Amino acid sequence: MLQEIILAGFGGQGVMSMGQLLAYAGLEEEKHVSWIPSYGPEMRGGTANCSVTISDEEVSSPIITEPDTLIVLNRPSLEKFEQDVKPGGRLLINSSMIDIPSQRQDLKVLKIPAAELAQEKLGNTRVSNMIILGAFIELTQAVTLESVIGALKKVLPEYRHNLIPLNRQALEIGVMLAKESI
Amino acid sequence: MAKVLMKGNEALGEAAIRAGCRYFFGYPITPQNEIPQYLAKHLPEVGGVFVQAESEIAAINMVYGAAGAGARVMTSSSGPGISLKQEGISYIAAAELPCVIVNMQRGGPGLGGIQPAQSDYFQAVKGGGHGDYKLLVLAPASVQEMADLMEKAFDLADEYRNPVMILGDGILGQMMEAVEFKEEKKTSQMEKPWATTGAKGRKPNLINSLFLDPLELEKHNLHLQQKYDRMAKEVLWENYKTDDAELVLVGYGSSARIAKAVVDQARVQGIKAGLFRPISLFPFPKNALQEACKCAHNVLTVEMSLGQLVEDVRYNLEFKVPVHLYGRVGGMVPTTRAVLEEVKRLVNGDQGVETHENCL
Repeated sequence: MLQEIILAGFGGQGVMSMGQLLAYAGLEEEKHVSWIPSYGPEMRGGTANCSVTISDEEVSSPIITEPDTLIVLNRPSLEKFEQDVKPGGRLLINSSMIDIPSQRQDLKVLKIPAAELAQEKLGNTRVSNMIILGAFIELTQAVTLESVIGALKKVLPEYRHNLIPLNRQALEIGVMLAKESI
Repeated sequence: MAKVLMKGNEALGEAAIRAGCRYFFGYPITPQNEIPQYLAKHLPEVGGVFVQAESEIAAINMVYGAAGAGARVMTSSSGPGISLKQEGISYIAAAELPCVIVNMQRGGPGLGGIQPAQSDYFQAVKGGGHGDYKLLVLAPASVQEMADLMEKAFDLADEYRNPVMILGDGILGQMMEAVEFKEEKKTSQMEKPWATTGAKGRKPNLINSLFLDPLELEKHNLHLQQKYDRMAKEVLWENYKTDDAELVLVGYGSSARIAKAVVDQARVQGIKAGLFRPISLFPFPKNALQEACKCAHNVLTVEMSLGQLVEDVRYNLEFKVPVHLYGRVGGMVPTTRAVLEEVKRLVNGDQGVETHENCL
């Protein structure tokens, strides 16, 4: 299994932590993982992206030029990266923020109104990104839900562990959404 | 210890502490800021000292002072900052003091940019500052290797009383990978009878790089050269599928990882490709390179510069094999697809060349 993912959005939407959670979850499953951020003179509200590789074998190059999956949380990210996705690859769109269709005809696209779902079902839009992450893991089976939860325990400081149930709920909403989409 | 996920920069910081480093002097610059960030937090926990100096020049001279007093000491920077440190590095090399210097390369020349590059290769391996001197230069290609080489760097520095440079780049510094630190080892650091630790009850020690008598200075230079010759046995390298390789890619650090992916893709297409990755850049693993290229019709260096490593590869292969360059600069990173195209171009141009007798 080799899964190369680019996650992109505005700074503050949580793309970096989504990527790190995936990498940690891969590590939990003793897979080979790498995570690399875009870095630059960036700020809150600017664009941010990271590349994550989860593989059964050693990761040769951490730089991803043709992702299997692209996860975009805002419109500039869709426009910037959609032409790079592997032919027939997967595209997860945060339709709460993106109101244009993909220009690619060959991709498996799932649109997720993450903010609306998070508000309506959980009353908290800050876990929007976790809904999308849940959909991703269901569609690709790159890592299990339990591994992501395990990763959360490692990534979050102890005093934030009270947020894990909320994150789990958000992930599960994503999983259900993905199941229904198939 | 279990595997943890860390940025390359953080892993270098942790490995330095584990290697017994207790002093860090530096000045911030992207893309290496997580090293001072990590050490600022964790050095005081082990009784160490972290100082953010007022400039790179101040920082390297603090390193000079601490090294002279026998401390395990390091600094880190990137491109322009390393250039500023060169005067001090030359002094430290001349005074024969051990220390570790990290360069997380970024695009140059000048202030350049902050994205990854490998264009400080010459500066690292050929001296960098004024005078005939060399650094031991180690080039890790993964977060794990960064951790492993950090300890080695401090040991080599002590053994040869010479600055050791870890030459990384923005990718290696910024990326997160799994890393496992060895169990706490009993650090048996070398005695440093030459250090200026207070001359009470013994003859004073002198740390100096000034030799006004030309004959004395020549003698000192010859002594240094003998030491650099002695370092030749410290060569490190990795071979990947080079045994029957008709095209050998050569790269270090992140470029080597890209090249490794190219080797695998080329093999799928029936091209006998291999990778030679120098880990020590000075000393350069000459014999190992020649051995890796014994079947090669062509050699291709992959580097984030417009032709620095390629010169050493040509020189060390004694110009017996055509050596080509694929380089991207300015923070642009070679893609596996583009390098693979270059590989195919070279192999297609190579048809009709007979296979070496010893490679049939």
